[in-house]
Amino acid sequence: MFDNEVDDSKNIPTLIIKPPKKWVPVDFQELWNYRELLLSFTRRDIKIRYKQTALGFLWAIIQPLFMMLIFTIIFGGFAKIPSDGIPYPLFSFAALLPWMLFSEGLTRSTMSMVANSNIITKVYFPRLIMPISGILSPLVDFAVSITILILMMAYYGFVPTINVIFLPLFILLALATSLGVGLWLSALNVKYRDFQYTVPFIIQLWMYASPVVYPASMLPQSIRFLYGLNPMAGVIEGFRWALLGTAVPSSMIFVSVCVVVVLLVSGMFYFRRMEQYYADIV
Amino acid sequence: MTQKIAIRVNNLSKKYRLGRSEEKYHTFRDVIVNLLKAPLNVFQSAPPEEGFWALKEVSFNVHKGDVVGIIGRNGAGKSTLLKILSRITTPTEGEVAIYGRVGSLLEVGTGFHPELTGRENIFLSGSILGMRKREIEEKFDEIVKFAEIEKFIDTPVKRYSSGMYVRLAFAVAAHMDTEILLVDEVLAVGDAAFQKKCMGKMGDVAQEGRTVLFVSHNMGAISALCNTSILISDGKLRFKGSPSDAIDLYLQSTGQENEKQIMFNDDPRKEICILSVQVGPVGSNRKETIELDDDVELTIKYNVKRDLQGTNIYVGFDHKGVNIFNFWDIDYDKNLFLMRNRGLYTLKVLVPNNFLNLGQWTISVDAGRPGIGTIDKQHHCLHFLIENYSKDMTNSGLSGGSVIAPISVQTISE
Repeated sequence: MFDNEVDDSKNIPTLIIKPPKKWVPVDFQELWNYRELLLSFTRRDIKIRYKQTALGFLWAIIQPLFMMLIFTIIFGGFAKIPSDGIPYPLFSFAALLPWMLFSEGLTRSTMSMVANSNIITKVYFPRLIMPISGILSPLVDFAVSITILILMMAYYGFVPTINVIFLPLFILLALATSLGVGLWLSALNVKYRDFQYTVPFIIQLWMYASPVVYPASMLPQSIRFLYGLNPMAGVIEGFRWALLGTAVPSSMIFVSVCVVVVLLVSGMFYFRRMEQYYADIV
Repeated sequence: MTQKIAIRVNNLSKKYRLGRSEEKYHTFRDVIVNLLKAPLNVFQSAPPEEGFWALKEVSFNVHKGDVVGIIGRNGAGKSTLLKILSRITTPTEGEVAIYGRVGSLLEVGTGFHPELTGRENIFLSGSILGMRKREIEEKFDEIVKFAEIEKFIDTPVKRYSSGMYVRLAFAVAAHMDTEILLVDEVLAVGDAAFQKKCMGKMGDVAQEGRTVLFVSHNMGAISALCNTSILISDGKLRFKGSPSDAIDLYLQSTGQENEKQIMFNDDPRKEICILSVQVGPVGSNRKETIELDDDVELTIKYNVKRDLQGTNIYVGFDHKGVNIFNFWDIDYDKNLFLMRNRGLYTLKVLVPNNFLNLGQWTISVDAGRPGIGTIDKQHHCLHFLIENYSKDMTNSGLSGGSVIAPISVQTISE
């Protein structure tokens, strides 16, 4: 029988399972160990996205292209909204790219925990992988549509300035924003399914609160840095600066980065807290 | 001899919350409404909630190389224990120390996606189960061969037959090589030949000296595979020791239950009404289980409310959704067909032992009048299990394949 036996004390447990604590920090080492799984989930989402569609990855282009068309007609044409001296189609498309990266990532990461509940209730892995893979998979769409932007820039004779080297940082900032918000919403969505219905609505409102169809320069200079409280404002203006050479929005970006850091850190703690009760409430 | 410990479970308890607040999904509206109703409640700590202890102060140790069978009735806490050990849910109290890599197999086909091909699913499911990409690559051919799906490896699994799907799913899981393996009743998949293969694979795993925790209702599998066993009931550890002792205790503890029975209301509109159907082993009033070696008795009570000409009672036996055999009571007594006086009747059916094979059987009963039609119909009204715990049938074709088992075989060496 297996009681009353000598236990070798040199043996160190590989794992201790204990009742949940209120606030748990993220175990980045463990997250790193599971990087292959993160890639597997991301690859799965990319593969199944356009399965059984006739147009396949063309959809990644069609959506922003049509939005750009509509914006150009309505906001550029009828409403005569200024565009910092840049042709309106280019002006709006350069904003739509990071915007769609953000909104797709936000939608997918918010849904990720509930949509994958059949897996999460059957096997352990760091749950953070789910929302992270949610923000990573839209990168493929982003890569496809950025080729369109390059073609458009060539058409309008725009040569990017040296600032283009900062572009990856703004992509990162867009991803971090969608993860920060996605962590909160995915965790809240586990408990309150209301959040999955609010996401399309949030995204729509947020888009008009971001300088997608209008430039940030429409706001008075004095309060423009406050606009950075919306991190996507920093991202979009940063994109335009890096690619199209508009005015540098440095104060806005600084505020945006701070907001994103707060969102990410708080989101991670909240997510980790929810994660422990996940299987009992999902 | 000192043995190394693989799992140490110390005073483990798990409480599930019950009551209104957890019964339905939380909606944000509820929170807001509650907030408006009683704004001050937010600042008070929540009242202690009614709870249900799925596990209560469970402690045990598992040594390296042990194959532990966990038995208990449905709802006893077996799955909760496995869920805590595999870190899907957290305990409320207590602690578990685990020494070694854990792989858990709580379901066959975790993470399979219908749109992906067999190949893609092997890699996806493998990595979800905690295997490294390199590890999966090494075992890839073996997995495909085990699942017998070589030709369809690049076909989306949504086009697979259910048998192929399950075989592939099990094959991936069976090739996990963690030091500790947690398995929840997943062997009951696929056809007979594949089940046999799965049991064989489990046997191999047990031989390799890996630590296995194995939840099952299949007592035959427990006694064949496990070298030690744990009995859980009502969230508490009742017994740990040899599988045969644990199984005996388990069967005794479930013995107070009556034979399986179902009652129906007497419908005044019907001239014949089935009142009850009952099934059980002959000659034992203690056991709930019916074993292969038991004669099975079926008792059907019905009410005939007026004198009727031409009546029959139909009884059908289904196994795995297929009607295996059926008969009418008038097959055995032609007089009943001519005239049936009003009154209460009991129909007793005796099925000899070693006839119905292992697994779930379903009874259908109806009462009717030839030429007129069915009057009272209770189809698929009663399910019962034919079980086996006394025989080692791990490598037997009987353990899942054929429908009936009316065989007596002797090998005589001359």
